[in-house]
Amino acid sequence: MVEAKALAKRFGEFEAVRGIDVHVRRGEAFGFLGPNGAGKSSTMRMIASVSPRSDGELKVLGMDPDREGPRIRARLGVVPQQDNLDTELTVRQNLHVYGRYFGLSRARVRAKAEELMEFAQLTDRADDEVDSLSGGMKRRLTIARSLVNDPDLLLLDEPTTGLDPQARHLLWDRLFRLKTTGVTLIITTHYMDEAEQLCDRLVVMDGGRIAAEGSPSELIARYSTREVLELRFPPGEQEPAVERVTDLAERVEVLPDRLLLYTAAGEAALEQAHARGLRPASSLVRRSTLEDVFLRLTGRSLVE
Amino acid sequence: MSERALTARPRARDHARVVGSWRAAWLRVEGHWTWYRRYWTSNLYSSGLQPLLFLVAMGIGFGSQVEPGAATGGLSYLHYVAPALLVAGSVQNAIGESTYPVLSGFKWQKDYLAVTSTPVTPGQLLGGQLIWVGLRLALAGTVYALIAWAFGAWLGPGVALAVLVAVATGVACAAPMMAVAATTYDEGTRFAAIFRFLVMPMVLFAGTFFPITQIPPGARWLAWISPLWHGNELARGAALGGLEPLAALGHVAYLAALFAAGGLAARHYFYKRLVV
Ligand SMILES: Nc1ncnc2c1ncn2[C@@H]1O[C@H](COP(=O)(O)OP(=O)(O)OP(=O)(O)O)[C@@H](O)[C@H]1O
Ligand SMILES: [Mg+2]
Repeated sequence: MVEAKALAKRFGEFEAVRGIDVHVRRGEAFGFLGPNGAGKSSTMRMIASVSPRSDGELKVLGMDPDREGPRIRARLGVVPQQDNLDTELTVRQNLHVYGRYFGLSRARVRAKAEELMEFAQLTDRADDEVDSLSGGMKRRLTIARSLVNDPDLLLLDEPTTGLDPQARHLLWDRLFRLKTTGVTLIITTHYMDEAEQLCDRLVVMDGGRIAAEGSPSELIARYSTREVLELRFPPGEQEPAVERVTDLAERVEVLPDRLLLYTAAGEAALEQAHARGLRPASSLVRRSTLEDVFLRLTGRSLVE
Repeated sequence: MSERALTARPRARDHARVVGSWRAAWLRVEGHWTWYRRYWTSNLYSSGLQPLLFLVAMGIGFGSQVEPGAATGGLSYLHYVAPALLVAGSVQNAIGESTYPVLSGFKWQKDYLAVTSTPVTPGQLLGGQLIWVGLRLALAGTVYALIAWAFGAWLGPGVALAVLVAVATGVACAAPMMAVAATTYDEGTRFAAIFRFLVMPMVLFAGTFFPITQIPPGARWLAWISPLWHGNELARGAALGGLEPLAALGHVAYLAALFAAGGLAARHYFYKRLVV
């Protein structure tokens, strides 16, 4: 569905995307994970065929965006990072007008709008101006709008930012169902649980490059340990504790508010720490997540 | 199960398509119309009735103090000023519609980004904007013409042609203004300056209220280069007669050139701003 080789994007002197290779297969959910400014949106916009590449090769749905942009866009659904709804139109009118740009008949657009408002749980707001919707409702409408042409490839740039937990879970469920009907999904996100839930495969981007690629479980196995021991100390006691635990784990990550000990056996490490007379204010043993992979690869925590 | 779902799902490749350029532009007009339908009363009021207030104040009120003379071609001031007010109103509307609303599409509302993420291209979007402005001008001009007719402001059917002139002059001004809007990245402070220092002086001095022969010869070229003067001459010619064919051709050529140059510039900057 998407084939990128040494894909690059420059803005003047600045290189936002520095030669990435991406291969997205039909029917899969593919994720871009990365800190702010990693180049995720720049990549998404190139795939969406609204931003010309500066270098490298790119094929979307088997076509070259430089030459067949409109034909590609006819088959894409796009959820941009920033909503760009027509705020002076009603919810329903937004769907109608947008759908028409895809050459859909009035009847089709009308039927589709009802279906999508149901999907986004906005039916009771159908005739309200978009201006009067809450942020999360606008987001839901943007997502609904992206489906108006029944896209073969759906691009979601941080789709659930601003959604409440219930709406997020609902969206995951809907996206999962779309996937089972054969729609290919490309998602960028800051939420590790979202990536783990939704993505079959993902890449971690940092500074315009791909730092790692694989399925969530592969990445965890490759870049982290089975378990993680989290230790929180009272203020001032963390620093002296660091060197007393370094040999208890394969790797120790020092965060501002806690220590992360990467080890195959978390409980055992905790016992040893206690045996050495360390008295953390609280401790937690958990499984590794993508968050840990991310921390390892980028040296940054995702949740700021 | 998933096999069945795969075949049952409607798919973009089967029914979504790239529409032709004119059709794409027209769809943009359709989008605007959806909006206009909800707000047409207030819009028509400000765009069609405002020039009428001028007509009443200047043509009938002030005009009652003006003797028909050489400057008015022997006509009453109402007849003299009515066609020009039509064009001047049209030009002001056109420029208004091509500044903040266009900048908003790029910057605040960002709905231009939404449009160009569909098969519609920036060029087609621009085309739609220009057609839309033209249609609004036609509607406002028609309303103005009808009511002015009730005041006895017209001498004959030439007024229909004058409405066309007003639309053409407006659209010719809209094209370069859209280019300006597409290159505006701040809050649009320059628009206020354009209104104050270009549009208003043009309305006052480019032959709307008095012939430009009253302007000192050294400054007359300022009127000659203003699109409104060309529109005023054409509209008066259409409504009142007495315009040389060659002069008419020159005015039309000027407006056409402005439209072409402005349109090309706007197209260039629409692409530059939307395809990054
Ligand atoms: N139009 C532009 N002009 C200049 N620089 C840009 C432009 N768009 C993006 N950049 C720069 O490119 C880099 C990557 O931006 P991008 O939006 O792709 O990051 P991102 O991974 O989506 O980040 P975030 O998580 O914050 O959305 C940033 O440093 C940004 O400042
Ligand atoms: Mg982004």
